[in-house]
Amino acid sequence: MDQSTVKTKRFDRFDLSWGFWVKVALMALINALGVYGLLAAWAAESYLTLAVVLVTLIIADVIYFSRRFIPAKYLFPGLAFLLVYQVFVMGYTGFVSFTNYGTGHNSTKADAITQILAQHQKRVPGSPTINTTVVEKNDKLSLAIWDAEKKAVLVGNMQHPLTLVEGAKANDKAITEVPGYQVLKFADLVKRQQEVAGLKAPLTDDPNDGFYVTTDGTKGFLAKSDFRYDEEKDELLDTTNNVVYQPNGEGAFADPEGNTIMPGWRVPVGFANYTNMAHGSDLAWPFFNALVWSFIFAIFSVVSTFAFGLLLALVFHDKRIRGRKIYQSLFILPYAFPAFLSTLVWKGMLNTKFGFINEVLLGGAEIPWLTNGTLAKVSILGVNLWLGFPYMFLICLGALQALPEDIMEAAKIDGAGPIRTLFSVKLPLILVSTMPLLIASFAFNFNNFSLIYMLTGGGPNYPGASLPVGETDILISMVYKIAFEGGSQNYGLASALSILIFLVVGVISYFGLKRSNAMGED
Amino acid sequence: MSKAKTLAPQPKLSWGQWFKELGWRHLIGVLVIIYCAVPLAYVLSASLKKNANLTGSNKLFQEVSFANYARLSETDYWHWILNSLFISSFTAVGTVLMASAAAYAFSRYRFRGREATLTFLLLVQMFPQMLAFVALFLLLLALKDVFPVLGLNSQIGLICVYLGGALGSNTFLMYGFFKTVPKELDEAARIDGASHAQIFWGIIMRLVTPVLAVVGLLSFISSFGDFVIAKVVLQTPDKFTLAVGMYNWAADSRTAPWGLFAAGAVVAAVPVIILFQFLQRYIVSGLTAGGVKG
Repeated sequence: MDQSTVKTKRFDRFDLSWGFWVKVALMALINALGVYGLLAAWAAESYLTLAVVLVTLIIADVIYFSRRFIPAKYLFPGLAFLLVYQVFVMGYTGFVSFTNYGTGHNSTKADAITQILAQHQKRVPGSPTINTTVVEKNDKLSLAIWDAEKKAVLVGNMQHPLTLVEGAKANDKAITEVPGYQVLKFADLVKRQQEVAGLKAPLTDDPNDGFYVTTDGTKGFLAKSDFRYDEEKDELLDTTNNVVYQPNGEGAFADPEGNTIMPGWRVPVGFANYTNMAHGSDLAWPFFNALVWSFIFAIFSVVSTFAFGLLLALVFHDKRIRGRKIYQSLFILPYAFPAFLSTLVWKGMLNTKFGFINEVLLGGAEIPWLTNGTLAKVSILGVNLWLGFPYMFLICLGALQALPEDIMEAAKIDGAGPIRTLFSVKLPLILVSTMPLLIASFAFNFNNFSLIYMLTGGGPNYPGASLPVGETDILISMVYKIAFEGGSQNYGLASALSILIFLVVGVISYFGLKRSNAMGED
Repeated sequence: MSKAKTLAPQPKLSWGQWFKELGWRHLIGVLVIIYCAVPLAYVLSASLKKNANLTGSNKLFQEVSFANYARLSETDYWHWILNSLFISSFTAVGTVLMASAAAYAFSRYRFRGREATLTFLLLVQMFPQMLAFVALFLLLLALKDVFPVLGLNSQIGLICVYLGGALGSNTFLMYGFFKTVPKELDEAARIDGASHAQIFWGIIMRLVTPVLAVVGLLSFISSFGDFVIAKVVLQTPDKFTLAVGMYNWAADSRTAPWGLFAAGAVVAAVPVIILFQFLQRYIVSGLTAGGVKG
């Protein structure tokens, strides 16, 4: 008796210390990463990141090195990821939706001024040609120059004016080593020619002082801008024609006639992105169509897959059928086949000229399944039926099996036929148990980006619209196109559209939640 | 009709009666199987046709050659599969660990802010993370300057994004299951002097293995099939996942390497289908308890 307790205790202690060392190792790793993050954020002058990393690190250390906060030990990792990658991101979507963030407006005003000045630079007359070297850090290029006066190496790029780097090595031809940077070899210079040719490094924080520029990475010279920025008056002067540009309140400099120079900078624009959706821009009409089509698509997808799945479940809900298991595992094939692959396969099969459907099943009819607006919508619904009915079949089969037998008996005794039993007894009961899933399915299809994007790409496109939006675009695919496709990116408008989808999905999930009674337990 | 005769279950029924009661169900079953299988047969056939393009793949199983499968190794295909496996496995393991830890805390401890945290999770879960892909892109764009490993075009960055969505519905799925493990078990262990970590790893995690498997599998499948976030985050072909890479192959249907695509699709889908057939029961129960296919 005594011996055995001693044994377990010793085992306990061993186990505990083993776990303890794992914890210490993990925390050491996390702290090391955290400190690295702090230094990196400091170097990148990203103070918000710095604050977030610092707070997270302190909280983590307090939680895991204290003997209290036991639940927090278990919640912290998940919540930390959730807060950064879901909650923050949702909030950030809201924030961006009130700005003009996008092409030509993707940075601060100071950056924009530097950019404008750099774009209009000219070589300072008589400035000597010097040796330069291109260096890289974190995939970003910087220009390193040899300052003959200070006998030192300076490194800078558009975001960071030239600063002295200690410990760099140079010979009379080029700079060979810069601590903290990778010196670019000739082959890389050629590969990244365009980036290199655009490299400019401001002399000081004031871009009026000029830039060092290079064309090929190995030689450079000092250049100054035709534009001068007057900080006190907050205006930009074009010295070639003495035109004065002032901030126009929309994140750009404009001359008295209203001509703007790009790039501009990010400014809050209030509800402009939201009102633009409703009217004004040439996106209002496509947007309205996409809104209506999103609803039609999602509702019809849920109804059609559910109806087909239920029908099939009713047909196969009979214990006397031989081989039910085999049928079932064959029926779920479309569900098991990865959706992104089957969508692409359907895209090929629906091709107008060469597709399997037209050529084999319809004997060479050239029906434009994916390129005619109405037919494309029909095709999308058809493909989604194929993709989605097995799921509904499985759910309905489960729901049917859960139905109490005696109720069916009672219905039979009361003289209800099979059809009457189905509509008055079975269907209401099935709907009660599957409603939360149907609502979840609606929310899923409302945002079924990959189906639309892979099958039709949203096309056929509206002629003349400023963006490649088309008749089969749902809201989420429109968000993608506004944010990433077409000539210019408009993150602000895209985010506003995302917020709208959030609202729709939120309202629908709320009702789904109320029905599913997820909070009612415990 | 010989098939019908062998299938007739009860000798009492005449053939007509049998058909009226059960036979038509088999008829429908066969039709539905054809409907399910045609696209799959089409892919399989195209994958076996040498140098297939869209034009010439319509006559099913005219040719049986494994040239396309062999040619996959000349492309980035295996690279993409490895990327996908790497990303999805890490996401699945991370999701299971995070969600089970959270579920343990909720089911075993009564602490201040417990109700609030649960409600908060439920609220957040209503808004799919995927909707915020623009902001995710901007966040990773900014992170790239500070932590290149977590920024755009980084697979670790993508895993982190997926882990951000780990807590949502999975916690509730697990929470429900954790509550079925009797509390007396861990109370007894506590009296014996076990620490909370020993109870969690040694007792609870062993008893909830089925739900761990379901959550892991669902998370694996959903990150394996994710297209939009992967497309936004990963930008160079060497980093692509299968979904992004295969999309690019099939994007332009006229020039698409259709035979290669089909072979790739078969290779990618066959393990998934087999897995599905084995784990059907668990997946279905997980789906009905959790959410929908992502």
